[in-house]
Amino acid sequence: MSDALQGIEPVKSITTPVRLEYQFTAGRASTRFLHGMAEGKILGQRCPSCAKVYVPPRGSCPRCAVPTEQEVEVSGKGTVTTFCIVRIPSENLAIKPPFVAAHILLDGADIPFFALIHDCPFDQVRMGMRVEPVWVEKAQLAPTFESIRYFRPLDEPDAPYESYKEHL
Amino acid sequence: MRPVAIISFAQAPSKRREAERNEVELLMPVVAEAVERSGIPKREIGFTVSGSCDYVAGQPFSFVSALDAVGAWPPITESHVEMDGAFALYEAWVKIQTGQCDSALVYAFGKSSMGDLPAVLNLQLDPYYLAPLGVDSTSLEALQARMLLERGGASERSLAEIAVRVRRAAKDNPNAQLRGDFEIEKLLAEPYLASPLREHDCPPISDGAAAVVLAAGDLARRVSKRPAWIRGIDHRIEVQALGLRDLARSESTALAAKKAGVPGRRIDVAELHAAYTHHEPILRAALGLGEDVVVNPSGGPLCANPFMATGLVRFGEAAMRVQEGRAKTALAHATSGPCLQQNLVCVLEGD
Repeated sequence: MSDALQGIEPVKSITTPVRLEYQFTAGRASTRFLHGMAEGKILGQRCPSCAKVYVPPRGSCPRCAVPTEQEVEVSGKGTVTTFCIVRIPSENLAIKPPFVAAHILLDGADIPFFALIHDCPFDQVRMGMRVEPVWVEKAQLAPTFESIRYFRPLDEPDAPYESYKEHL
Repeated sequence: MRPVAIISFAQAPSKRREAERNEVELLMPVVAEAVERSGIPKREIGFTVSGSCDYVAGQPFSFVSALDAVGAWPPITESHVEMDGAFALYEAWVKIQTGQCDSALVYAFGKSSMGDLPAVLNLQLDPYYLAPLGVDSTSLEALQARMLLERGGASERSLAEIAVRVRRAAKDNPNAQLRGDFEIEKLLAEPYLASPLREHDCPPISDGAAAVVLAAGDLARRVSKRPAWIRGIDHRIEVQALGLRDLARSESTALAAKKAGVPGRRIDVAELHAAYTHHEPILRAALGLGEDVVVNPSGGPLCANPFMATGLVRFGEAAMRVQEGRAKTALAHATSGPCLQQNLVCVLEGD
């Protein structure tokens, strides 16, 4: 510390509050998807150029950069492409660890999405495992991703590696 | 220097609020149109760079999700500036100068209707002494306007005349948000927003997007009948503390203009990033533009202000006039920061 500040208590912090509010626009594709959630449906969109199906849809094919307008409903059954078991709590996390976070490739979709897996011992979760969604009660369905509580195992043989290796 | 030209431009019509489409949905047709008009297949464009602001978008890394509008597959060479897209264009020009690429896609987007833009712009100020006071962009611009008025560089009436002129000019611009015939007396009878600025002295809140394609020498000639050549381009910034600047003058604009080769050159038309009426006389003086130079024939930022794309639109509007043969030499200007803190000046010319 320089002589000029000798004997002066250092200022270690100042508080400068910042608060900004926004009114978001979900966009056309996400609006359709979220309304599907409220009806217990999973809606995707197909790229008119490469035919890939995106769930959830964002209104564009990120590879071809063209609008995706054709709507596709998928059943919700899918395959675990990869997963991890989370054991460390995080400040902003609503769920208590440990839990299983997985990438799930829904049948008919070309992009896996992130979801939780329950109703299954952790040591039995595996790549290729077939799963299905567990929805909230019908009265609780709403335009939110949280309308799907989690995915649970299906009593089906595992999907062969070849069927999802392009989606890892 | 490698000769580099603007070869295509596209923009979304500015709207007070784009309530239906998100940024990607807004941007996608604009990018596609600029690329198609360029005549260069998208996959052959060597560099992609964008300008946008997370504080405007209200989400982190919004420029990464915006890549969905571009199609980053196979992986592309990409960059981003947290500034107006005009400054992204400057980066693209530098990149082409290095010889690393022969063409570049530049785009910008902003939906300032989602938040409170004057409050967002408070956050670009000094975070210790100035921002916590809550001073917003309109108030700071009013300080600058007051200084200009006191110096005799403009009057409230001459500023209102600028608003009337650009709104009339915007009647020919389908992308403008504000346009029409207005009476000066009625405008001057309106209350102040922040004295001496009234609503007509300030830009509208707009949602919009724009895209430009640049190409070097032979490639530009091959794909474009009339490229708008960048004869000179320069970017200068002034100190952050507003009290250290003479706000009634724009030293950075004058210096950038000198470096870009503006003095002594006949300019037919100028698209200036004059978002407030008082910016125009300050910029005209700094650029040495006489009364014979047509300024903001598109209506300019006072008629459409898609924040983060407003400057890039100036480049596109200026280039379009050269490409269509309506101007031999055009000047494009973009600014960033409070009260014209940094300025980018470019001279565009046909063959």
